[in-house]
Amino acid sequence: MQMPTPNPAILARKAQIVAALRTVLPENAVIDRPSETRVYECDALSAYRCAPLAVVLPASTEEVAATLRICHAMGVPVVPRGSGTSLAGGAMPSEDAVVLGIARMAEVLEVDYANRLIRVQAGRTNLSVTGAVEADGYFYAPDPSSQLACAIAGNVAMNSGGAHCLKYGVTTNNLLGVRMVLMDGTVIDLGGGHLDAGGLDLLGVVCGSEGQLGVVTEATLRILPKPEGARPVLMGFDSSEVAGACVSAIIKAGVLPVAIEFMDRPCIRACEAFAKAGYPDCEALLIVEVEGSELEIAEQLAVIMAIARAHDPVELREAADADEAKRIWLGRKSAFGAMGQINDYMCLDGTIPVSQLPYVLKRIGEMSRAAGLDVGNVFHAGDGNMHPLILYNANTPGDLERCEALGADILKLCVEVGGCLTGEHGVGLEKRDLMHVQFAPDDLDIQMAVKDVFDPKWLLNPAKVFPLASSAPRRAA
Amino acid sequence: MKLCWGALPPAPDLVRGSPRGILELKKMQDVMDEAGLAALIASREAPVRIVGGGTRGMGAAGNAELLSVAGLTGITLYEPGALTLVVRAGTPLAEVERALAAEGQRLAFEPSDWRAVLGTGGEPTIGGVVAGNISGPRRVAAGACRDVLLGVRFVDGQGRVVKNGGRVMKNVTGYDLVKLMAGSWGTLGVLTEVSFKVQAIPAAEATLIRRGVTAAVGVAALTTGLGTPYDVTGAAWVGGAAMLRIEGMAGSVAYRRDALAQVLGPGWDAVDGTKSAALWREVRDVTPFAGRPGVVWRVSVKPSDGPRLLTALGDPEAVLDWGGGLVWLLLAEDGDMGAVRAALAPVGGHATLIRGTRGAVPVFQPEPAPVAALSQRLRAEFDPRGIFNPGLMT
Repeated sequence: MQMPTPNPAILARKAQIVAALRTVLPENAVIDRPSETRVYECDALSAYRCAPLAVVLPASTEEVAATLRICHAMGVPVVPRGSGTSLAGGAMPSEDAVVLGIARMAEVLEVDYANRLIRVQAGRTNLSVTGAVEADGYFYAPDPSSQLACAIAGNVAMNSGGAHCLKYGVTTNNLLGVRMVLMDGTVIDLGGGHLDAGGLDLLGVVCGSEGQLGVVTEATLRILPKPEGARPVLMGFDSSEVAGACVSAIIKAGVLPVAIEFMDRPCIRACEAFAKAGYPDCEALLIVEVEGSELEIAEQLAVIMAIARAHDPVELREAADADEAKRIWLGRKSAFGAMGQINDYMCLDGTIPVSQLPYVLKRIGEMSRAAGLDVGNVFHAGDGNMHPLILYNANTPGDLERCEALGADILKLCVEVGGCLTGEHGVGLEKRDLMHVQFAPDDLDIQMAVKDVFDPKWLLNPAKVFPLASSAPRRAA
Repeated sequence: MKLCWGALPPAPDLVRGSPRGILELKKMQDVMDEAGLAALIASREAPVRIVGGGTRGMGAAGNAELLSVAGLTGITLYEPGALTLVVRAGTPLAEVERALAAEGQRLAFEPSDWRAVLGTGGEPTIGGVVAGNISGPRRVAAGACRDVLLGVRFVDGQGRVVKNGGRVMKNVTGYDLVKLMAGSWGTLGVLTEVSFKVQAIPAAEATLIRRGVTAAVGVAALTTGLGTPYDVTGAAWVGGAAMLRIEGMAGSVAYRRDALAQVLGPGWDAVDGTKSAALWREVRDVTPFAGRPGVVWRVSVKPSDGPRLLTALGDPEAVLDWGGGLVWLLLAEDGDMGAVRAALAPVGGHATLIRGTRGAVPVFQPEPAPVAALSQRLRAEFDPRGIFNPGLMT
């Protein structure tokens, strides 16, 4: 992965820069010893690493603003970091950058049940937002797999999704407002407790901007009353085509499951060996979950089971109790761990139109055989967000490169059939140089123009999202 | 596909006081497609006012000529099994809704029709709906127009055709300009195509209604309803009545209607089916204000601040939607035009002048300086020559 050459003038001024940061931040909030900055050398895309110039851990919006003012004045790039769980390299530093970690800002600032919102500092973890309101019967809906660790700041930056967004939407649909600091230190508030924008929807463009437009320090989030209950059903099919047709039929029938998850045979086998969830050995497996009261669950499942039966399943199992429900989910939730036990893997994140599911699965199978690398598929079928897992061995020379090439080909396929490169992980570093596949130069230029507006000097997370060659003139300016 | 300059269906410029009415603007040009539109804009020097059906009457005509995209029509892709619709921007909303209904589906955000409240004619277009981020009562549950808008194509101020988003439900590839275009009222570009995630029309609906309550009592009840797990899809206070809507499968609707009634206590009547639907069309289109003289404001606040705002304004005639968060106000023509924003200042939110004499106050809510500067610079990037609806949102 190519990164721009670090600016030697910045590297040479490291001591000065660190000293300036220490004038506005407490001693323990500035980290510059190489042994300590190494902790921040990567995020969850750990194949790529680079220790930063320094790390700051501000504890307030004012300290964030003071940090950015200094970096702005001294021309130092800044890489914002939530919890460092990005799968796309969104928080990976460069050698000449200051990492701005938001983890010390994790307080709940306001809970307002009358308006169904919570205001938190952006370093708070996703799951602990729900934790703050669940005793009162509420929850925060977006549920990325990393929700135990990932920060709201990162969720906002990447517009994170999760398994239940078929019903509840992704971060942008649950984000009411932010307080953010622009690169020049200006603090602005976008949105709030009201439900729409009075002028241009800047909040809408900030969400998902991968830390390139500003540093979000507070977020106002929509919270929802917890449903009365939920129940999954497990369906096994002889072919992916039939499973795909079943997904379409369920959606078309007007039932709204909260989740429709799909696993193919390699994934089913790995999960079964790992978690012993009692999955059938078949080509394709669906987990469909519905919510509501007992009566409502029964009503929805009657429709769903009838559709499933019409598709000739090899297995159809409704969870009889909480324990069975847990077992049905167990395999799916341990899918990544199970695949990880077999080998190293790269997790892709393309989205495709649901109707293209059978074709894309067939093509991935062919491409996998041609590349000589196994691919397991586990994904959110209801919305077409795929997570092909390519298995490779990091210790075999050339394997990572072959894996990257296969990954790129699969993502190109996703775009070809009408989908996109990334459904919920973000572009970051990982998919930066594939953006040309999905976007024409003018499409990218106008996106970069948005960054010009928020961060004219291109100091915030500069070498991400856009192909390096496309952003070079702007970064150099 | 056709696209033309000038001559709209009869639609008076309802934001009065603008130097020239729509009807005065007429200059015809040949029919075109997206590429033709792009070429035209690339060579254009003078400002244009962009309209779809011209039913929402926003914005100053100024010296601008009229650019209508009402000829850019047609559904380009509709996959009911994937809940996906792609449609050209000038397509009449009614045509979109008919096509969806034929497959038992609909636009989840329940777009409002402003013709009754503004007294306009013409046909609302889907592009106009997106340009105004026009969202009705179901916004509280299903999100706004911008939340189910999956992708856009538009022509920017340099005449470049730009796409953003796409047709799939989950997409974080690059910046989300889809949200930015929704509600930008044509000031950033001319929309040519939009795509949506659509929704199945549920089998049943029911409304619980309690008549003769104040806004404060009404909104308190709406808050209670929205705080239950019963998936309320409408929460409004209109004509002194508080209303909560439930939609879904028949058994589920009956169950939740009764469970909700239990929580709310005595005094509530249940209305089902088409009678329920008729009630929500009135909320959606603000029909209580239809044909009535006066100034109309659309105010967006934190839901619990809705009744507070009314009290601060001396309890004017109002319709509250979105659990209290969307406030439609009908005020006297000779009143203080600064009153609404003054009353809003302590609680936050924003107010848009929908109908009334232009000039005394800005149509859109003035923004704090740093935010206004960002918006201004974005407009300058998208439309460097300042030819799209100049002055509309500033």
